[in-house]
Amino acid sequence: MTPKASSSRRVAGRYRVAIIGGGPSGFYAAEALLRSGQSVDVDMFERLPVPYGLVRFGVAPDHPRLKQVARVFDRIAEMPGFRFFGGVEIGTALSISALRSCYNALVFATGAPVNRLLEVPGEGLPGSFQAGDFVAWYNGHPDFRHCQFDLSAEQAVIIGHGNVALDVARILAKTADELRHTDIAAHALDALSVSRVRRIYLVGRRGPDQTRFTAKELQEFAELADCDPVVELDGFSELSSSAGLDTEADAALATLREFSTRPVSQRRRCVFLFGLLPLGIEGEGRVQRMVLSQCRRNVQANPSRIRTIDCGLVFSSIGRRAAPIGGIPYDEAKGIHANIGGRLAADGRVLHGLYVCGWSKRGPQGTIGTNRACSVETVENVLADLSRLDEPLRHPDTLFRGKSVPRYIDYPAWGRIDAEEIARGRPNGKPREKFVVPDEMFAVGNGGVVCRA
Amino acid sequence: MPYVVTDLCAGCRYTECVSVCPVECFHIDDTMTYIDPENCIDCGGCVPACPVGAIKAAHKLPPDKVEWVETNRRRAAETPVVTSRLPPLPGADERKRAIIRR
Repeated sequence: MTPKASSSRRVAGRYRVAIIGGGPSGFYAAEALLRSGQSVDVDMFERLPVPYGLVRFGVAPDHPRLKQVARVFDRIAEMPGFRFFGGVEIGTALSISALRSCYNALVFATGAPVNRLLEVPGEGLPGSFQAGDFVAWYNGHPDFRHCQFDLSAEQAVIIGHGNVALDVARILAKTADELRHTDIAAHALDALSVSRVRRIYLVGRRGPDQTRFTAKELQEFAELADCDPVVELDGFSELSSSAGLDTEADAALATLREFSTRPVSQRRRCVFLFGLLPLGIEGEGRVQRMVLSQCRRNVQANPSRIRTIDCGLVFSSIGRRAAPIGGIPYDEAKGIHANIGGRLAADGRVLHGLYVCGWSKRGPQGTIGTNRACSVETVENVLADLSRLDEPLRHPDTLFRGKSVPRYIDYPAWGRIDAEEIARGRPNGKPREKFVVPDEMFAVGNGGVVCRA
Repeated sequence: MPYVVTDLCAGCRYTECVSVCPVECFHIDDTMTYIDPENCIDCGGCVPACPVGAIKAAHKLPPDKVEWVETNRRRAAETPVVTSRLPPLPGADERKRAIIRR
């Protein structure tokens, strides 16, 4: 069977844009292009068979309301001129140059999947993990389904004071009953059900007035069934707000202040610690303790003031960066694809027909909707350039005539996977039970679309 | 727990909130914007985006602003969705400076 779209020949004179990445910023870029009033068709390529990116694999399972944004993505996918190619990796299955020959413009919406490392001794010990890997695992990301997290230790340390650190802490802090009716991956629920983790330390380098927490997410720690938040000031004599604080940090500080005077009664604790710099992870053959140095803002670590925390688990959550792509300019310092307003740029010189949006453009910050404004800015530049960009040499459907892409998931196939996930979650009272194996996704999607070899 | 636009919004129309809303739940009339509580997914992204701090979580409203929960619900149903940023009203910047100084 040939790709369905090849039967409907494109009207000449239409622009063709490829979006690489099926997460929020990719969808918002597609929306902005398709709403522009210009004659633009959009093909979205997603490495995984299924869409939504971090809305599916990043947003925590106990935040179902946020996931409702997927309905917006489904509406965008229904717009005339949109096609989805799931399970097609650009750079492996299809080369960037092959793609360039078929589209006027490429928009990279590839996110920030690379975890920043602590770069301290012992980081490679068993029991030391990247927070991002844990998040991907409990969210059923296919690439992380084989990860093993031994949760038999009673104490865990999380390094980093952002919302990902809060997600990891909260999932560890919740009881199985609090997670049972979410869309958490079955393998993760099983492992968390027998977790012995009782004390979770959230360690930050800076003070309580300089966290990256959102007050709203922090507040959730006051409502856990079997865990209390504890704020240990240890030298930060007061929780005063410093001048020039932005409102979000101010609100987070107010919540921490509230936690610092709360009575503690539950079995599990989440302990917030400040002003501590990771020096190393120690242990015989596996993680046994975290070594930290007390520090103050912009002051070098003072080796005479060491604090150690016994623990069997360490999660590093100090940020993420875009994955370098061959031939695409990369800003090492910022961990993004070098760009000017979303136009990819090498050494300050704009590259013809190549664009970027979302986290790969500006780094991992903001809420889901921040990507909308971000993608709109990029698309404004795409639209301004379109008439000056090279005409594609070939039709995109030629990409699927070779052997490089044997099959892909289109949006109707995703609809079948989606419906099946919802159906199989129902008996367990879950909003869905995700498929975690790509072959199973293809099987449920009736094989997806099989290309002619 | 949806978010609510309060009367502090009236008079500037920066509509930064609109540009960062992931679900297009902002409605607008000649005076101000309103959040449709049925569509809002509680991401909170609009709160820091508002230059005058007009948007609050419903449960954090002071008693004299609680009425805005119902006003948002009612006016969102009566007014059109706004999907992209609009030019600010004349005098918006002066107004913002006055509010921040307060």
